[in-house]
Amino acid sequence: MDAVTSAPARIILICSGKGGVGKTTLTANLGIALARLGERTVVLDADFGLRNLDLLLGLENRIVYTAQEVLAETCRLEQALVKHKQEPNLALLPAGNPRMLEWLTPEDMQRIVAMVAERADFVLIDCPAGIEDGFKNAAAAAREAIVITTPEVSAVRDADRVIGLLNTRGVAPVQLVLNRVRPRMMASQEMLGVDDVTDILALPLVGLVVEDEQVIVSTNRGEPLTLNGNGSPAAKAYQNIARRLRGEDIPLEDPSKARKGLRARLMNKIRKTTGLF
Amino acid sequence: MTLFDFIQRLLGRQKPSGTMAKERLQLVLAHDRSDLNPELLEQMRREILEVVQRYVEIDIEEGDVSLETEDRVTALVANLPIKRARPLPALVAAAAAVGMAQAPDPEAPQELALPLACEPEGDPSPADPD
Repeated sequence: MDAVTSAPARIILICSGKGGVGKTTLTANLGIALARLGERTVVLDADFGLRNLDLLLGLENRIVYTAQEVLAETCRLEQALVKHKQEPNLALLPAGNPRMLEWLTPEDMQRIVAMVAERADFVLIDCPAGIEDGFKNAAAAAREAIVITTPEVSAVRDADRVIGLLNTRGVAPVQLVLNRVRPRMMASQEMLGVDDVTDILALPLVGLVVEDEQVIVSTNRGEPLTLNGNGSPAAKAYQNIARRLRGEDIPLEDPSKARKGLRARLMNKIRKTTGLF
Repeated sequence: MTLFDFIQRLLGRQKPSGTMAKERLQLVLAHDRSDLNPELLEQMRREILEVVQRYVEIDIEEGDVSLETEDRVTALVANLPIKRARPLPALVAAAAAVGMAQAPDPEAPQELALPLACEPEGDPSPADPD
């Protein structure tokens, strides 16, 4: 990463309200995917109480300093940024040490993000779950946001709260990623559909990620899918999100309506009316 | 889906759960977004029905006042089937209750006075107060 800057960095908050819907997985995969596209990317783990981004990136043993030491001037920013082994365009910065709770303020966050933004094209902030202080700190420096949710009532409700808060803060644009999509259940209307969720939340969709067992496998290994799981549907989805963020026009296809051909359409029709299989 | 659910759905007795999820979400989000708790909403509903009932006879059972939301804009929607209009004397009494009759009737029920923002168009019909 060199210090030459051209356009100002995109500073994107990745948030959801509800925990466990895939924020950290999205941050890790998007970070890798953007880096692969040549973007200098920094992923910032703003969830310093329960940090996990290091684990998903396989960098858990390489953290020495955090943003906390950078702000206290006990180390330089370069020392705290953990470069990814295979993808040198990507660096991780943990916000703080889990043992030192309650140190971060919105001003701290603005200072550290401003420092990081000087040497990056993309700064992705992995937001903690909830809408309390952790969210407020993480959101303090964000210019735009991606809200990630799953097609479940609780996740959509919490996402709606977060969207309301982002709107009052003037964060824009706010885009939506729908995670853990199950095309079959959506086709038989036993799950909220893609259109249902976008209607309710009234946000533009930037990504659809189907439920994919490979996500769990990649998490176990500490190697995000976008690093080498190119054949998997989720990997493709994350790569497409990265490309859409860079302004590429890649059409979004609703996987529950994606089946083509007469037989498939007939089966879809039967499935919709009967709810069978 | 169990066989029982399937039969229920074929008979049209049960909605698919995805549809139920959407309906439940729309309702709960309308409340979340407006910051009105169900208790306050119920109180508002009762007061609205009281006011409307002074002017027309409505079907309380069928009457529905709810919050609906579309594109992040929440609206209060009332659907109140009218059985019939009240006879004129009752209308004048109702108008007096909100302080709009030309000759206020001291017997009019004052406890129903509500701070209404909108007024009925035109003058209340001059009628015999009995």
